[in-house]
Amino acid sequence: MKKKFILEGLGCANCAAKMEAAINKLDGVKEVTVNFMTQRLIIYGEDDKMTQVIKEAERIVKRIEPDTRLKRA
Amino acid sequence: MNDNMKKRLIRIIVAIVLLLAAVLIDFRPGKINVIIYLLSYLMVGGDVILRAIKNIIRGKVFDENFLMAIATIGAMFISEYAEGVAVMLLYQIGELFQSFAVDRSRRSITDLMDIRPDYANVKRESKIIKMDPDEVNVGDFIVIKPGERIPLDAIVIEGASMVDTSALTGESVPREIGQNQEILSGCINVNGLITAQVTKEYQESTVSKILELTENASNKKSQSEQFITRFARYYTPIVVIFAVLLAVLPPLLIDSASFSDWTYRALSFLVVSCPCALVISIPLTFFSGIGGASRKGILVKGSNYFETLANTEIMVFDKTGTLTKGVFEVQEVNPRGLINRAKKENDKEVFNELVNEFKEQLLEVTAYAESYSSHPISQSIQKAYGKEIDRGKVTNVEEIAGHGVEAFVDGKKVTAGNAKLMMLRGIDYIDEELIGTVVHVAIDDKYAGYILIADEVKEDSAQAIGSLKESGIKQTVMLTGDNEAVGKKVADRLGLDKVYTELLPGDKVEKLEEILSLTSDKASLAYVGDGINDAPVLARADVGIAMGGLGSDAAIEAADVVIMTDEPSKIPVAIRISKKIIGIANQNITFAIGVKILILILSALGITNLWVAIFGDVGVTIIAILNSFRALKI
Repeated sequence: MKKKFILEGLGCANCAAKMEAAINKLDGVKEVTVNFMTQRLIIYGEDDKMTQVIKEAERIVKRIEPDTRLKRA
Repeated sequence: MNDNMKKRLIRIIVAIVLLLAAVLIDFRPGKINVIIYLLSYLMVGGDVILRAIKNIIRGKVFDENFLMAIATIGAMFISEYAEGVAVMLLYQIGELFQSFAVDRSRRSITDLMDIRPDYANVKRESKIIKMDPDEVNVGDFIVIKPGERIPLDAIVIEGASMVDTSALTGESVPREIGQNQEILSGCINVNGLITAQVTKEYQESTVSKILELTENASNKKSQSEQFITRFARYYTPIVVIFAVLLAVLPPLLIDSASFSDWTYRALSFLVVSCPCALVISIPLTFFSGIGGASRKGILVKGSNYFETLANTEIMVFDKTGTLTKGVFEVQEVNPRGLINRAKKENDKEVFNELVNEFKEQLLEVTAYAESYSSHPISQSIQKAYGKEIDRGKVTNVEEIAGHGVEAFVDGKKVTAGNAKLMMLRGIDYIDEELIGTVVHVAIDDKYAGYILIADEVKEDSAQAIGSLKESGIKQTVMLTGDNEAVGKKVADRLGLDKVYTELLPGDKVEKLEEILSLTSDKASLAYVGDGINDAPVLARADVGIAMGGLGSDAAIEAADVVIMTDEPSKIPVAIRISKKIIGIANQNITFAIGVKILILILSALGITNLWVAIFGDVGVTIIAILNSFRALKI
């Protein structure tokens, strides 16, 4: 399953890279891309673990850059 | 500039004023200036400290905010108030500039890609309603006024106009369109009023597909991007560890070393430990590059393909439809048999007129003789003739399989076919090596001349091959299903290094793999095709380039790089753009890392001070960002 989000307020390129690395380590994630320039987060994950993955991803984003909001695209 | 940036700018300005005030009264000893310094510091660095504290609570130490906070507070502890404030100030100016640059770049690319149609004028029961293109159905009739953007892919029912495709193709010359012709969404209707019937839903239309591709292109990261994020992951912790060692070890080991001097040197380390400057300029470069290339009608589907293109050593081309137009047309009507009999005529003007008359005559009798055949060759002859054929004039048609046709046209015996047919009939024909299919014609058993039917080489093919070689492509190869004679001729004419002929579609993949194995490790192989029947070959190459992407879904799907127009000359342009972008990325990487390391060495030796360190750091960021903007203008 592929889920796409907008990272509103993403302002730091290194943070984007950190988010990508952290979300990638989550259980159930096959592939993840954080595109700093287009402020997009795309997660490819296993269908049954997706809700949990999204919740975790949201937490990671908040932790790394508190001003960033995760919005459904 | 958005509200957030404005607030930050105001805070920076207030802090500068306070800092200047504090410096001016600094020569009078007392506590008053320290308070002003602190006010200035909190004004400009308050948010950094707040974020640093929050992150410490979450257990994250190597965070940029934390490092800057430590560096500046440390400076103030050793009574370097002015420097502490200035470092924070410059850091914030650098951050603000970064946000501004990124914002500007995001905006300019969005503007560049602003091909999204806002509305469609839909005809409903004799009324015209403005609708969201998303809500229009296939089969609806839409009206496009002069100056409007075509909202959906459609077929013209009424009207004629010029259409500006430049937003999609980079081509500035408008195209003429008329009834029954396809129009593509995203183009602009220049002058006429057109009514058209929608053929594709918005989601499936050209404009949505192109937008989606460009938006997703920067998702595929380049090697330089991957390198720099990996570098950043190790860079910060290593620099911080060195900073700690620098502050602690020398004062313990060397008697004369003072604690505050070495702490000061260590603080410089913390100042340059922030990796953001490095990290930001690379995606910015590729993002700008994708935008700049698409402006030229070159769609690059991922940042990584710029690298592959720039490293291309061998370029393999499909022939038909790629280097040639892929349409069989009459190239030459040569009535040499008829002319030989009329050579007595000396007057040039009369002679030329006679030649034209013969050409007409030759084409006419051949078109008549071939009028019962549905073979592509005879169809292209009839197309070239272009007039109505009165089949009543054609009698006794006899098709000679594998040879040609014989028929009586207006009572004259016409024999039209290949050389074998001429030999079979004992007709003395004039043999000449020609590229393409030759139809020899005899009238009443006397040789009249020939008609040459061939696929035409595109105007800019030879030029494209030439510039590719200039730009460092070591080998150009052509693959074709055509026979050897035709393939070799085309290859010679275009200056290709190698040609493989008589390949079935499946053979092409095999041949490509064979060539791939010859490519050196670091270099790559590009395959250029039209995407219609060579999708597997496009996929197998290191980078697949499809031509004529505009209006061809197959080409857009199958390739990594799509040339929107039919021009091979765009390929050297794509290579040039890629090399430039890779160049910019490499400059940024070496420059930024180089300056940082230089500052680190100088700081460790105690030659520089905090001012130089932060200036160097912020300066590098700004220069690298400005450099990456060059990728937009290509």
